[in-house]
Amino acid sequence: MRIGLVCPYSLDIPGGVQNHVKDLAEALLGLGHDVSVLAPTEDDESMPPYVVRAGRAVPVPYNGSVARVSFGPVVAARVRRWLREGDFDVIHLHEPASPSLSLLALWAAECPVVATFHTSNVRSRAMSASASILRPSLEKITARIAVSEYARDTLVQHIGGEPVVIPNGVYVDRFADAQVREDWKGPGCTLCFVGRIDEPRKGLPLLLDAFPGIAEASPGVRLLVVGGGDVSAAQDRVPAGLRDQVTFLGRTTDAEKASALRTVDLYVAPNTGGESFGIVLIEAMAAGTAVLASDIPAFRRVLGEGAYGTGFRNEDAADLERKVVMLLRDDLARGPLREAASAAVRRYDWSSVAGRIVQVYETVIGSASRSVR
Amino acid sequence: MEWLWLVPALVVLLALGLWLSWTANRLDRIHHRIDVARASLDTQLLHRSGTALELATSGALDPARSLLLVDTAHQARAASPEDFESAESDLSEALRAVLADAAEVTGLVTSPDVGPLLEELADDCRKVELARRFHNDVVASARALRSRRRVRWLGLAGRAPAPEAVDLDDDPPPALVAA
Repeated sequence: MRIGLVCPYSLDIPGGVQNHVKDLAEALLGLGHDVSVLAPTEDDESMPPYVVRAGRAVPVPYNGSVARVSFGPVVAARVRRWLREGDFDVIHLHEPASPSLSLLALWAAECPVVATFHTSNVRSRAMSASASILRPSLEKITARIAVSEYARDTLVQHIGGEPVVIPNGVYVDRFADAQVREDWKGPGCTLCFVGRIDEPRKGLPLLLDAFPGIAEASPGVRLLVVGGGDVSAAQDRVPAGLRDQVTFLGRTTDAEKASALRTVDLYVAPNTGGESFGIVLIEAMAAGTAVLASDIPAFRRVLGEGAYGTGFRNEDAADLERKVVMLLRDDLARGPLREAASAAVRRYDWSSVAGRIVQVYETVIGSASRSVR
Repeated sequence: MEWLWLVPALVVLLALGLWLSWTANRLDRIHHRIDVARASLDTQLLHRSGTALELATSGALDPARSLLLVDTAHQARAASPEDFESAESDLSEALRAVLADAAEVTGLVTSPDVGPLLEELADDCRKVELARRFHNDVVASARALRSRRRVRWLGLAGRAPAPEAVDLDDDPPPALVAA
């Protein structure tokens, strides 16, 4: 099959959608398909051979934050050329409801179009307004995929219809076989946080507030913080005597992140909201590490309502502290959950997720081969 | 100079005409998409009942279950357009009943004789579900557009009957798609 993937965001900047597109492209190549990815790129850094540059991305305010997207006549011409030269059986757009490359590709496409929606958007008013403008173009999409029940609900609420839910994929073995870093372990137990450290929604402040209590109950405990952002501001939140027990690893490579998740005794996800899926929870489960997460709906669902990990009351530092202390103390409480999680996580492996996406491609191509318009 | 007012009036009329014809075009395109999606669903359904028949006659199942599958698969293939939803739902239910035992299904999937057939059936079941959803997705957009005032008042939808969503039970046997 000749498959064209369109990523609206710069591939050289890490992010959930970008990672998803890259992993999907590699999984599809592994299945023997022809794959080309059209994406904006920041500089002339080397890109995998299957990536076609669409031009620079410009930062624009969109939907309450800054999105780096590319558009304009030059980009539109490149999109048309990519479609013409690629002669694709199907194109697969990501996040087509944003003012970006995906929308341009949708506009110009004449082959069957599959689209994946990643966000679960709380700002419903903005999306309702744009829905009426977008509707004529969105009508060109043959198959719609949502990455989670929440992304699906957002979609149904604003646009209607019956999107299919296919979760984000993870290369489970990359996490299960990641290197254990003895030098990152503390004298006692080790915890890990993953996410931007200066974005309050990721919940690091909550974990740092709970940390003194955790350190008191579990002497020698160490916290690994994986993620970019302003370190000094975060450090100020930790009492001076405990600062050497909190290690900021900064922005890491994917392999280092996998090692961190594999090394620690407990992964903590204190996110306070705005998550539609929770891919890091899956990654921690794949690494065989116990998970403690806030009880926001997306996380509860990923954790099988408590079957694969433990929850604490969202935005409640005291409850977070209590649950961490309980889990660190009781190795037996973590064991069975971890085993259940390792088994459950297989269905998020790319080998199974890519197969389901290919089924979608086959369904839409089958219907279009009879007549294309 | 009084004729000058005609110019803006003509421009407005022209724009209105273009807008209406664009809407009519959109509708036409959507109706065409529904036909394509429906044809795709029919193909997937035929494929599924064909694989079910093949499984029933493969000898891998006991006679009671084989008979049940042959019967429901035949009913589904022979159903009239009015009854196809219930006939296909019956087939889904029969498949779930026949392949209810998870341990047995896992064994069958790994066996060299019927393994490929069961994999094909799993693929068919998934694709029926996908095709049904994609069909209903287009139907939903069509109904939204047809309910617009300009479409209703000016009869832009022509005489095409209002499209109907396909309502059928297409849940695959859990053990089959988990394997």
